[in-house]
This record gives sequence, structure tokens and C-alpha cells, in this order.
Amino acid sequence: MNEEKKQSSEFKRTMRKIFRNPSAVLGFVLLIFFIIIAIFAPLIAKPINPMMLDDDGNYMKLDNPYIMPRITWSSEPVPPSAEHPFGMIQGRDIFYGVVWGTRTAFFIGLTVTIISTLFGILIGSISGYYGGWIDEILMRITDVFMSIPFLLAAMVLTTILGNGIDKIMIAMTVFGWMGAARLIRANILQVKEEQFILAARALGVKDYFIIMKHVLPNTIFPVIIQASMRMGSLVITAAGLSFLGLGAPLGYADWGSMLNFTRNWILGSSGSTFSYWYAVFYPGMAMVLFVLAWNLVGDALRDVFDPRLK
Amino acid sequence: MTTFIIRRLLLLPLIVLGVSLIIFSLFQILGPDKLLAAYVNPNVFDKLSLSDLQVLKEKYGLTKPFAERYGIWLWNALKGDLGWSQVGKEPVLKAIISRFPYTLELALYALIPVVGIGIWLGVLAAVKRDKFLDQFIRIFAIVGWSFPDFVFGLLVLMLFYSVLGWFPPGTLSQWAEEIVKSPEFHKITHLVSIDALLNGRLDVFWDALRHIIGPVITLSFLWWAYLLRITRSSMLEVLSKEYVRTARAKGVPEHDVIHKHAQRNAMIPVVTVAGNMVIGLLSGTVIIEVIFNRTGIGRLAADAAVQLDYATVLGTTLFYSIILVLGNLIIDILYAVFDPRVRLG
Repeated sequence: MNEEKKQSSEFKRTMRKIFRNPSAVLGFVLLIFFIIIAIFAPLIAKPINPMMLDDDGNYMKLDNPYIMPRITWSSEPVPPSAEHPFGMIQGRDIFYGVVWGTRTAFFIGLTVTIISTLFGILIGSISGYYGGWIDEILMRITDVFMSIPFLLAAMVLTTILGNGIDKIMIAMTVFGWMGAARLIRANILQVKEEQFILAARALGVKDYFIIMKHVLPNTIFPVIIQASMRMGSLVITAAGLSFLGLGAPLGYADWGSMLNFTRNWILGSSGSTFSYWYAVFYPGMAMVLFVLAWNLVGDALRDVFDPRLK
Repeated sequence: MTTFIIRRLLLLPLIVLGVSLIIFSLFQILGPDKLLAAYVNPNVFDKLSLSDLQVLKEKYGLTKPFAERYGIWLWNALKGDLGWSQVGKEPVLKAIISRFPYTLELALYALIPVVGIGIWLGVLAAVKRDKFLDQFIRIFAIVGWSFPDFVFGLLVLMLFYSVLGWFPPGTLSQWAEEIVKSPEFHKITHLVSIDALLNGRLDVFWDALRHIIGPVITLSFLWWAYLLRITRSSMLEVLSKEYVRTARAKGVPEHDVIHKHAQRNAMIPVVTVAGNMVIGLLSGTVIIEVIFNRTGIGRLAADAAVQLDYATVLGTTLFYSIILVLGNLIIDILYAVFDPRVRLG
């Protein structure tokens, strides 16, 4: 009972600490805003095709709401209007793309972060806990993976695997686990020599159990902080790949792909391209605010849980 | 120290070998048919019959087992033959060497504002801790850190090219390109702007500068944030140290306390970051070069990746990994030089 009380007041203190910092509050507010948009995407931007009617005379529902419907056949950017508040590009509604792109961003960012971090934890804990030649081999492999620039590696693998955002995610996971592995290994090396681990070993507790029950809970926080700070850069890289025209299929509701449309219009015609500002501004701002939210949250978590890193 | 350097240098071939093995294996996912496409002119490719394809596959050794093909590639690579670059229309090694100066030039130009202004702002923010200026600089930094490079690049292109017409995309204007390619133009450093100065062609120099400012602005904005944050926190840590208090107590002028006593010590972690940044600039200019339509090794790699030109992809990736390993080694050495407490072992 007493223990419980102590924990809850500890939690309250932490929360107070986080919310005293205005930039942290801004980060959480932005994040909640994006979560709401992602959850209510079907209500905010209805997944219908206004060009086609079904048998009952209603607008046709989209088979796949993540593919932006083509609503005009002209490709030229159309400025914002009452009906299309963010304008249109390549015959597609930018507002629709920005709203559904939020889901894409969360989906890609969270999946890649979680899977690559888990894989990193696995490699890092095996390496750190067992040491010796296993450690040597695993760390040299980590070195090799770290020697390939992330964007280039992800680019090559995405191209090889072909179209689809799942391909982007696979590519980013394959080349994205090394940071977590190194961090967890370093932490484990530190924790390993502590008395309570030595005691558990002396009592004959199984290795697997020691790692899961005693080592990881004591080393996991920096990894979580690192993961939340990586979310932003992962979303940027994924968008960068679709910006280069890799991975995401044509018309996929993804912020990077929408900017890819824009790029062609800016480089293709000179002179009046500034009148296409909305085609850069809305998807671009969505991306900047999304990444900003994760960076602020990551910063706040770091300041609270790991003041040494400040 | 010497043993440390030698040991790390001995590791270099191993890492390069590992990198080539990874990239080479990844390409095997494609299967022999798609791999063949890298060798054959795409216009002809669709008209080939099945038996033609088989002949070609055998000619390029695509039917051989993986280990043998990798062995052949490795043997040729050791002799300096990295294959033919479809994208560059010249041997891969030559394509890399001819494009590297452009990327280097961009990185060098970007380094000046990034390091100069980044460190200056970082120190300023630390000295004015929690004042308005500090808050402002920090907001600037975290917003800059959140900007994807291609979004900011597009904005720069829109503003300075479309609206103002100051900084066009590309590497050089047509006329300047012709001068640079002409035999009278001596290539001494292979950095276009420097060569133009050495040749006394101020007009070419100015043209090269106009083309490089856009990417430099973009790169600076994105990297300031990074350097600034490290400088600020390192400076704050040093400013709270005993010896700084002692210096103040004995009446050293505030300017000297900050710039002589504190800043020098605060620069130690900054060296590492600046080193990482040079590596990042050299390998991270892929998207910048694509947006601004510049010649360079990043664009070569990007074009090759998109067209699955695997000889070029292998070559550029190896090149990058060598830069990365050597760069990290230099950072470690510098770190030991700047901070005598660090022992390399």
C-alpha cells in the first residue's frame, strides 16, 4: 500500500516536471493533435470519390482510402478554394492527402521504430551479456551496417524490393537497429558488474531470466528515449524516399509523395512557380510539425529521465 | 596511439569487405533477369528472345553461383576495376573520382557558415542562459532540426530561384560549363570555384558561387541546430566548473573568462560533432544534390540506386564507407589530441 502510494507520487512528480516545461507541453499538444487527426481521418476527409456515383446515387466509397482519389484530370496545381481548402496537385486534393498522410506517418514511424529497436535490443543484450567472441562478431557486424549511409542503404533496398510502403519500412528496419544495439550493449556492460546481477547469477538464475527480469528493466529507459527521438528522423527519411519517387505507389496518401509531385512543377517551369506555394506549404508544414512534436517529446523525456544527457 | 591507429586501419579492409558483401547480397534478391537489365540498353532489352537472354546471362556470368560471382567482382575490384557505370557512362571508379570534387566543394562551403555561426550562437545562448535570446536560439534550433532537408530545399529554391531569380539550380551555367571544359582552363584543385579564381576567371567564379549558395543555405540551416545544441550544453557544463568561478573571483574580465577559459574547454565535444558533420555533409548531400540538380557523388548514388545500376551503387557505397571509417578515426585522434585525459587503447 505504502509502496504504491510512493510510486504514484513519483509519477505525479515526473508529470509535473514534464509539464512545467512549455516546449514539452507544446510537443505533447502537437502529438495529441496529430493522433486525433489520424484516428478521425475518415470523418475529417471522407474516403469517397467525388467523380463517381454508385447505384444509389451516392459518391462511390474508395476501395483503399490510402490511395488519394483523382478528382480532376488536369495535373496542374489548383489554388486553395472553399471545396479544396489546401488546393489540388496532380488532380488530387492536398487536404485529403495531408489528413490521411498523418496515418501513414504514424504507421511507418511507429512500426519501424518498434521493430528496429526490439531487434537492436536483442542483438545488444546478447552481445553485452555474453561478451567474448559472440560480442566481437556481433559488434563487427554492427560496425559494417553503420558504415553504410542510412539514406543510401534504405534507398538501394527499397528500389530492390520494389513498390509499396511496406518495402520502405523493411528497408529502414534492416538498416536502423544499430543505434539501439550499441546503446543497450554499453548499458548492459555497466549493469552486468552490479551486485544484484552477480547475486542472481550466484543463485543459479537462468541467463534468459536475468536478462529479461534484471538487466533490461535497468537499461531500457535510454533506449526508449533514443527511440522517441529517432521517430522524427525516421519519418523524414521515409518521406525523403517517397520524395525521390521510391517506395510509395503513385498517389499514395503520403507527405513525401505529395512533395514529389510539387518538385516536378517547381523544376519543370520557371517564373510563376511561387504561385504553387500551397503545394509545398501544407504537406511540408504537416511534416515539420509532426517531426517537431516528436523531437520536443523526446527532449522532454530525456531531460526528465536522463538528466546526464542534457 | 600509433598501435590504436594501426589497429583501426587494419579494420578498414574488413569493414569495406563486409559492406560490399551486404550490398552484393541485397542485389541477389533481384534475380538474374533483372540483374541483366543493368548491362543491356533498355530499348533493346524488351525485344530480346529467351535464348538471347540466356546467352547474355551466361556472358555476364549471372548463371554462376553467388560465391563465384562475388569472388570475380572482388578480384576485379582489387585490381581497381569496379565495373562500368550505366548512370555515369564511364567506369565506376572514374565516375566517382570525377564527381567527388563537386561534393567536396559543397561540403567545404557549407562548413564555413555552419561551424562559424553555429558555435557563435551556441556560446551566445549558453552565456545568456534562459534569457530571451537563449529561448529564441533554442526554438530556432529545434525547429531547424525538425525541417526535412527536401522541404527546406524546395522553399529555398522557390524563394531564391522562382521569386528572386538569384540562385539558379544546377552546378554551372551553360556558358561557364563550356569555359571550364575548354583546354585553356587549367584544373588545379578540381574545385570549380577555386580553379576559376586561379585561372583569373572572375565571371566563372561568380557563376559557380551563385549556384552553390542555395544548397549552402539549406545545409547550414539544417546543421546549425545540431552544432548549436552541443555547443550550448557543453558550454553550460564548463561555465559551472570550479576553475571558471576561480577565474571570475580573481577578477579576470568576463570576456576572457568566456572566450579563453570556458570556450576552449567547451570545444572538446564540439570537435566530435563537427567531425560527424563533415562525414554527414560528404555522405548526406544525396537529397540536396538531387533537389538543386547538382553534379556530385550523392546524385550519382541516387541515380544509380533508382536505376538499379548495381556496379555504381556498390562503388559509391564502398566509397562512402571508407570516408565514414577514416572520418571516425580522425575524430577519435583529434579527440585525444584536444583532450589529454582521453587515452586511446
